[in-house]
Amino acid sequence: MKGIITVIGKDRVGIIAKVCVYLSDNGANILDISQTIVGGYFNMMMIADLSGAEKKFEELAAELEILGNEIGVVIKLQHEDIFNVMHRI
Amino acid sequence: MVTNFEIQETNRMIDEANLDVRTITMGISLTDCADSDLNSFCRKAYDKITKAAENLVKTGDDIARQFGVPVVNKRISVTPISIAASACRTDSYVPVAEALDSAAKTVGVNFIGGFSALVQKGSSQSDTVLINSIPEALSVTERVCSSVNAASTKNGINMNAVKRMGQIIKEMAFLTKEKDSVACAKFVVFCNSVEDNPFMAGAYHGVGERDLVINVGVSGPGVVKRSLEQVRGADFETVCETVKRTAFKITRVGQLVALEASKRLGVPFGIIDLSLAPTPAMGDSVAEILQEMGLERAGAPGTTAAVAILNDNVKKGGIMASSYVGGMSGAFIPVSEDNAMIEAAECGALTLEKLEAMTCVCSVGLDMVAIPGDTPDSTISGIIADEMAIGMINGKTTAVRIIPVYGKTVGDEALFGGLLGRAPIMQVNRFGCDDFINRGGRIPPPVHSFRN
Repeated sequence: MKGIITVIGKDRVGIIAKVCVYLSDNGANILDISQTIVGGYFNMMMIADLSGAEKKFEELAAELEILGNEIGVVIKLQHEDIFNVMHRI
Repeated sequence: MVTNFEIQETNRMIDEANLDVRTITMGISLTDCADSDLNSFCRKAYDKITKAAENLVKTGDDIARQFGVPVVNKRISVTPISIAASACRTDSYVPVAEALDSAAKTVGVNFIGGFSALVQKGSSQSDTVLINSIPEALSVTERVCSSVNAASTKNGINMNAVKRMGQIIKEMAFLTKEKDSVACAKFVVFCNSVEDNPFMAGAYHGVGERDLVINVGVSGPGVVKRSLEQVRGADFETVCETVKRTAFKITRVGQLVALEASKRLGVPFGIIDLSLAPTPAMGDSVAEILQEMGLERAGAPGTTAAVAILNDNVKKGGIMASSYVGGMSGAFIPVSEDNAMIEAAECGALTLEKLEAMTCVCSVGLDMVAIPGDTPDSTISGIIADEMAIGMINGKTTAVRIIPVYGKTVGDEALFGGLLGRAPIMQVNRFGCDDFINRGGRIPPPVHSFRN
């Protein structure tokens, strides 16, 4: 199962580090990552394989949201299917 | 693999344009609860609903987390009570409404629909008991929704029922006079009602349905408006294409959520209803789409054509996206639940007569319209008869959800709160139709109903 992680917020030191540490602690394998910084705003997209994760998807999404609140950015984890159904026939 | 652009587009629809799954509605058949004893029936119905929908709310919330798209409402529809409870020996179904209300509260859904009767051709004893119980039932319960199907293209219009509807609407307006006659907001009169509609107040679980079913309603007027902003000044072909593409994307999200809900709950999937259903939230308005198409206000000349374009292309996009598009699917045009509709009514751009014309081409009918509390019963019946005629002749679903707000008149405003919003009291034609309504009987179906 693949998840899409998006991070949006004001740039600061250690955003990627925090997210990656959380993902590796929870058995998620990062497949792709891209980021842009425009006018001091950080925008990251990550595709991760979550099949090795022990926690439920909803739980991971909730914990990432909390992590985002701690470091002052918005972190979303969404199942990749929502993007596939919307943009692929 | 999905691209960054696609991810951003989807998330902008959710975050900025209010894309959401409006409702996951579980249909529950109550026909197997039949009992001659009213209390036993109520107990069986309560037990069946609370067991079947035990995990409905939690599942909806979990799916919202999984896909990052809000699932706003979780609801239940049941077999029309006039059918399910017809074996009961009683002269009032109010206790049934109370049992439904408490079942809804136990499982945490915000509305339960199906306190309903289908009387397009005539009323059974049970239908009469139900209709007589509606005013009290809606004033003593909080979450129960009620509907009556009074006409169909196949059967014509039951004018005895239409006459009675005017009376009970006034009754329930009086019984909830302290709350701006809010009971009327939970009651709708239909022509050609549909069995799998997941939206309230008109949802019920049809007798042609299986025991349990999951129907999903998706919405997103804000998303359609945003996409039309990109094609300002373009011709109608471009407008239609844009609405269609957007409707496709929205419906696919609904389909995904419906299949996931069906899998998690172990209940078969029924239909997706893609209805542009506005809410009082900013940027969640159908009237703003009409303005984006080029109208100064909803109600201006051109409005009926604009609604027709919108409704048809929402259907076309939706049909491409899911094999099981059902329910209403189109554009709802409630007044009180749509900020730009409220403004249009307040400034005089939108009249009751123009709204009636719009209902010929929208997905349902006159919806959430507040009128003076002293409007005669027969005038309300006349408004309903007109709407039933539009549905019957055009082979479409039409409905009336009208609120004669007790003690208020033109210039006042009714406040219903929450999703039901607020409504300016609209002017009603002051000429009477008593003798017409008092004729009684049934209007025969139109010639084009004989398609066999």
